[in-house]
Amino acid sequence: MTPTDTHCPYCALQCGMRLRPRPTGPGGTPPSAPPVDVEERPGFPVNQGALCGKGRTAPALLARALRLTAPLVRDSADGTLREASWDEALDRMADGFRRAAEHHGREAVGVFGGGGLTNEKAYALGKFARVVLRTPNIDYNGRFCMSSAATAHRAAFGVDRGLPFPMEDIATTGCVVLVGANPAETMPPALRYFTRMREAGGRLIVVDPRRTRTAEQADLHLRPVPGTDLALALGMLHLVIADGHLDKDFIAARTTGFEGARATAMAHWPERVEQITGVPVSQLREAVRMFAGAGTGMVLTARGSEQHSKGTDTVRAWINLCLATGKAGRPGSGYGCLTGQGNGQGGREHGQKADQLPGYRSLTDPADRAHVAAVWGVDPDSLPGPGPSAYELLDRAGTPDGIRALLVMGSNPVVSAPRAAHVTERLRALDFLAVSDVVLSETAELADVVLPAAQWAEETGTTTNLEGRVILRQAAVPPPPGVRTDLTLLKELAARLGTTHGFPDDPREVFDELRRASAGGAADYAGIDYARIRAENGVFWPCPDPAHPGTPRLFLDRFATPDGRARFAEAGHRPQAEEPDPAYPLHLTTGRVTAQYQSGAQTRRIAELNAAAPGPFVELHPHLAERLGVGEGDVLAVTSRRGRALAPARITAAIRADTVFMPFHWDGPGRANTLTNPALDPQSRMPEFKVCAVRVEKAAEAEARP
Amino acid sequence: MNIRRVAVVGAGMAAARFAQQLLARTSPGAAEVTLYGAEPDAPYNRALLADVLTGRYDPDAIGLPLGEGTTLRTGTRVTAVAPATRSLTLADGTTAPYDALVLATGAAPVVPPLRGLRDGEPEPGGVHLLRTLADCRALADAARRATHAVVIGGGVLGVSAARALAALGTPTTIVHRGAWLMERHLDDRSAHLARGWLAALGITTHLAARPVTLHGTDHVQALELADGTKLETDLVLLACGVRPRTALARAAGLRVRHGVVVDDRLAASAPGVHAIGDCAEHRGAVHGLTGPAWAQADALAAHLSGTDPGARHTGARPLTRLSAGPLQLAAFGDMTAEHAPGHDVLRYSDTTRGTSTTLVLRGDRLVAGVLLGDLAATGDIALAWQRDEPLPADPSYLLNPEGARA
Repeated sequence: MTPTDTHCPYCALQCGMRLRPRPTGPGGTPPSAPPVDVEERPGFPVNQGALCGKGRTAPALLARALRLTAPLVRDSADGTLREASWDEALDRMADGFRRAAEHHGREAVGVFGGGGLTNEKAYALGKFARVVLRTPNIDYNGRFCMSSAATAHRAAFGVDRGLPFPMEDIATTGCVVLVGANPAETMPPALRYFTRMREAGGRLIVVDPRRTRTAEQADLHLRPVPGTDLALALGMLHLVIADGHLDKDFIAARTTGFEGARATAMAHWPERVEQITGVPVSQLREAVRMFAGAGTGMVLTARGSEQHSKGTDTVRAWINLCLATGKAGRPGSGYGCLTGQGNGQGGREHGQKADQLPGYRSLTDPADRAHVAAVWGVDPDSLPGPGPSAYELLDRAGTPDGIRALLVMGSNPVVSAPRAAHVTERLRALDFLAVSDVVLSETAELADVVLPAAQWAEETGTTTNLEGRVILRQAAVPPPPGVRTDLTLLKELAARLGTTHGFPDDPREVFDELRRASAGGAADYAGIDYARIRAENGVFWPCPDPAHPGTPRLFLDRFATPDGRARFAEAGHRPQAEEPDPAYPLHLTTGRVTAQYQSGAQTRRIAELNAAAPGPFVELHPHLAERLGVGEGDVLAVTSRRGRALAPARITAAIRADTVFMPFHWDGPGRANTLTNPALDPQSRMPEFKVCAVRVEKAAEAEARP
Repeated sequence: MNIRRVAVVGAGMAAARFAQQLLARTSPGAAEVTLYGAEPDAPYNRALLADVLTGRYDPDAIGLPLGEGTTLRTGTRVTAVAPATRSLTLADGTTAPYDALVLATGAAPVVPPLRGLRDGEPEPGGVHLLRTLADCRALADAARRATHAVVIGGGVLGVSAARALAALGTPTTIVHRGAWLMERHLDDRSAHLARGWLAALGITTHLAARPVTLHGTDHVQALELADGTKLETDLVLLACGVRPRTALARAAGLRVRHGVVVDDRLAASAPGVHAIGDCAEHRGAVHGLTGPAWAQADALAAHLSGTDPGARHTGARPLTRLSAGPLQLAAFGDMTAEHAPGHDVLRYSDTTRGTSTTLVLRGDRLVAGVLLGDLAATGDIALAWQRDEPLPADPSYLLNPEGARA
């Protein structure tokens, strides 16, 4: 059978892989067997053939037995979900949305997208919301992912692309500061670049309250109290100034706002920062010596630094550090964000975001509105304005101020949203909920209509990886009978709601329209097409015309701000929204484990991954365990002001004694997001996933029983 | 917020922090904040002065953020405040009304009784203080010409200033009245180690020494001690501690003990008057440290802005931190508790490397401590002190810099 070159369905690295269809016997593929095998695709530069366990086992979920293969509708008689025809499911959806709009106004219908959707789907979904539903109420789970980094990028550099350089540049730089990032466990194939960098004499600094597998490989591991990265970055900037490491020529030629940043740094002298962060002055000095002393350097942040109510200011403080030392806008140097979701980058560029139109155009800019309206063939005045952010959308759902009907596509907020029990309650309060997904996720279980969606190996479409490289996923096998792509779903639904044109389900047709919509925008895809992507192993945006080579490295001549200069920020440290107190004396931080992905809706269904990471746990330090009288494996109750979660203790000296850690991949009693705090960053509207105050105790015997 | 005009007497670190925090918490135009500073310089980070002296910082580069919209009146001395009419009087005789007054007058250096020194202004030439940026500029200038410096006072300021002078190449002697250096913060053993660090930097220390006379007419030539020892010097730095500036508050009839007495809302004894920082006495304590001063500034800004009307300052567990070149020191709590009944003392000492950690515990809580030399464990110990955290049954890991992080 002919193999098909494509990409992994999981994280933002979007590793290249090759899928070889299995020969089908006379009875077809058995329901429990995947129809393809994964092979190496060494020619794709980002991963050069390497895959992690998630990528390797990804085809398992293509097996019919593990997934949805028919639409489900909630039976009016017994209230359970039962199989239905596509026509019935689509009619129910159209009816649900129409009713909500009729009774409560167009704005009562909302859309919640996902960072795993292809560019084509994200684009079509945004267009569907604005043209068919004509609602401002659309946002997506990327708001929970990299919105702080995106906001900081735009403010500092004028454009938001996760990395301003290809991954391969990491291997060449002199020093990397990895902040709140754990690529050894979250994107293992990326680790090779850091290893090569160190082999070539570069230094790795890891900033993380936990001694993760990534931190173990660092030349220096700084271990701040959760929620204090902003102070840490400003303390480093202070030492850069005090110890004469400023690149004054770069600051003068290519930046603005240094004076404000300098004053703020003066308020964060090392001895004070030590008392805020717990990072000793000696280590702060060592970090600055390594970073400033290297000829080139990078700061890379991930969710650990970004998912805070001050996430944007924190990222900007790290950018300050790059700007002050001249480590930005030059080969081998720069600030970057390690985006999380598979299409976290592209998903935020093309119209799923509450305030943005495709190509990073703004919903409030008249010229931007006119451009996109012209491509869509609608009156610019008919486009709604910006809507609320993801948490705000969910928080108000089913209330008089909020949406009454919702379409969720490729997201599982019951597990992944902060204050998840409340969000679940809001979803239950909706008049109508439709979910399109591959599997019956915890969110889908609440729906009135569930649509079985085609998967990565079954449909063609582009994603944009963390480097800003637009790549092509190609269908290797057809979806099973009963399964359709989201593009087909939107086409059919639009038609039922009265829009019969403008929603093609051929991805190439959608992509060509996306190119026109993005033309001239910040994320300009106009010159990219499927053939070029195939021939060039992906094309980096911006790429304004077919003759343009694409832009692997941004900012080498100028930053994307109106005056071409990068902007320093001046925000100082402030405490997290919820500080520990006698009732809730510990910090909770959350994150991932290697074998699971996001809400676990996919990976929890794959036996090999589940065997490696079967369930939630609470990581705590031996000293804390001693104080609480807790032994390894004892079931702990972790309580915050939002709720209570139960999970077994995992005792390790790799975590601070004032902090406990829970992975967030599970629903049920061990759901970490039951506890997390929805306090929002005022700029990015990112919830404060990464730190809240909790109490930890041994669960009562009764609670510990299943 | 129903308070529009906020007058801050003083433009030091507490004042700048308060203004910046208040304006960050209010919408533009809602508050008019005016800082009246007697010094000619805009607010700067006083904690960095010793390193301005060494040249590590440019004197113009240690300015602090003030908050956008703050009115700053430098070189403007407030001569009287009238809480009854809510107005203040400036040195030029003009008056200004306010809705809320914040006293952030700080502390003034103590000038010791010495023959040859007139009360008030340091005289003759060659005698210096190190409290302001202007002091620092003058001292740096003098240090360039000096052949030998004597620092009177072996507290934290004296030690850090002596180190800075030595770093500039000036042979430096510390003259200290106490039995050991920094006796308010250190136990005798730690102080002995610190003295060794200073000796290695070329700094001589005279302990239990009482300076009595400055010799020299136009310019100081020598300092004579009570035992008759004469130390030849052409530069004397007075580092004998500070005293809260309370004259204005006293004259206004406000309640003053060591400092201007304030409650948990930082309110002084007259309506509309508050005090923060080194001039304030809160729960019986006057601190000379930025940590408590800024915590007070933050609480008052939260309260006055209306964003957190219930904001209170409930006290501080301050930590004294000194980075004087290679000499690193952290001290907290009352080390005299080391000899009190019911207390446990943990001590680790490496005399070769000149490092030591001494911790005083009562039950499972830290009461006091001194860390000297290798301070890799400071972060965690400082946090355990500040948060009053319970320690494990065997807290000996805290003594091992690596162990504390394990």
